[in-house]
Amino acid sequence: MPYVKSHFAGSAQATMTKLQSIEAKLEKAFNPPVSGTVYGTLLNYKGSLEKMGDALNEAPYKAPPKAPILYIKPINTLLGHKGEIPMPSNAAELVMGASIGLVIGKKATKVKAEEALDYVEGYTVVNDVSLPHESVFRPAVKEKARNGFCPIGPWVVEKEAVNHIGDVKINVYINGELKQQNNTKNLIRTVPVLLQDVTEFMTLSEGDVLMIGIPENPPIASRNDTVRIEAEGIGVLENTIK
Amino acid sequence: MKTARVAYEGAIHLAIATDNGIELENGKQVFEEDMVWLPPVEPKTCFALGLNYFDHASELSFHAPEEPLVFLKGTNTFIGHLGVTKRSADVTNMHYECELAVVIGKQADHVSKEHALAYISGYTIANDYAFRDYLENYYRPNLRVKNRDASTPLGPWFVDAEDVPDPMNLKLRTYVNGEVVQEGSTKDMIFDVPTLIAYLSSFMTLNPGDVILTGTPKGTVDTKVGDEVVTEIEGLGQLKNTIVE
Repeated sequence: MPYVKSHFAGSAQATMTKLQSIEAKLEKAFNPPVSGTVYGTLLNYKGSLEKMGDALNEAPYKAPPKAPILYIKPINTLLGHKGEIPMPSNAAELVMGASIGLVIGKKATKVKAEEALDYVEGYTVVNDVSLPHESVFRPAVKEKARNGFCPIGPWVVEKEAVNHIGDVKINVYINGELKQQNNTKNLIRTVPVLLQDVTEFMTLSEGDVLMIGIPENPPIASRNDTVRIEAEGIGVLENTIK
Repeated sequence: MKTARVAYEGAIHLAIATDNGIELENGKQVFEEDMVWLPPVEPKTCFALGLNYFDHASELSFHAPEEPLVFLKGTNTFIGHLGVTKRSADVTNMHYECELAVVIGKQADHVSKEHALAYISGYTIANDYAFRDYLENYYRPNLRVKNRDASTPLGPWFVDAEDVPDPMNLKLRTYVNGEVVQEGSTKDMIFDVPTLIAYLSSFMTLNPGDVILTGTPKGTVDTKVGDEVVTEIEGLGQLKNTIVE
């Protein structure tokens, strides 16, 4: 029985509790179970890089990415399990970016891949919501940093509860229909290598979250759709667009 | 009023600039050499602007952007006045960027340009170093260039907004080892401070304590290990940083 760390609605206090006692409360809205900076990683699924095709070598990119390309989901974007994703008034569709968040357990600077998991406290499910956009040349703040555009949770599951983070199935359902299937086997940088290559240039601190990437062909959702992201052994994150 | 966060005798204090020098919140007078300057604000969300001065955009061979070029910075990158910033051995081009840092004072949603200044609690100076060796054309400027540890000095003071009547007419200057290397004025911003607040709050909520680094003018040149870099903004003070190996 894994232990999880979660914040229930109305409580900013972290509580460590057994999964069983939490499940009964799942119908209620949660608070985001994290408090640090949430970073995303661009193009870290093999399929997402392959989809870029020849464009990787053409303007404006001119070469494939070398080091991890990161972005930040600021705190106004954070939303808990069961929270409502606000649809911007001038938009019709949103992109559902299913990811797993590595929740950092202790300050990580220049860690080696072999030791990288020592710096991870646990895992959580993240929906990196965006307005549809093709270009990844300039930072996508307007497309990615809107209020409620980063549902996260329901909880942080301790890392010991996940046998192998390099082989976790991720499924995305919209209104109950399976729209996307992928697996962390398809990452370009595995979790330990990603942590190594990120902390080579910047420190991750306790409570920070590093998303491992979004699989290719992320599903599109519209107003009133319910999006459920299942990450095997980690959790099920469900939100409705309003 | 000018306030700072400092470490003094093993504790973190609020420090206030007075006519007689520096005073802690408990009334104790302190000497600058006995305290350590911390960033005067601790932003959870920090925006930064690229190419926001006409002369700097042309210096980097870019056309002036049609929309603000905004990126975000993490908390790992901030350090206080008199701090040191590392230049790794493989870096061949690392430059300072003297920037007016705007601190948000109250929650802002869909704020008009006309009302934007009322949402500012104060200002400080930022030196938003860039390590151009690591530039890649994905989410450019990528975090490896702009979000390295201890690479964004902030301070020394947080200056109340009411003490800065016209933020759009402040001289900026950077000195390297005492020599002026960068000069400009906030009046040459492509997107001025009210426009930036209106722009950002048009699609997301700005919260008290959020910081906007508003971009840098022309005159960014490579700095070397041992260089002492002072970024100065009229009315706000001088922020000093040293480049180390």
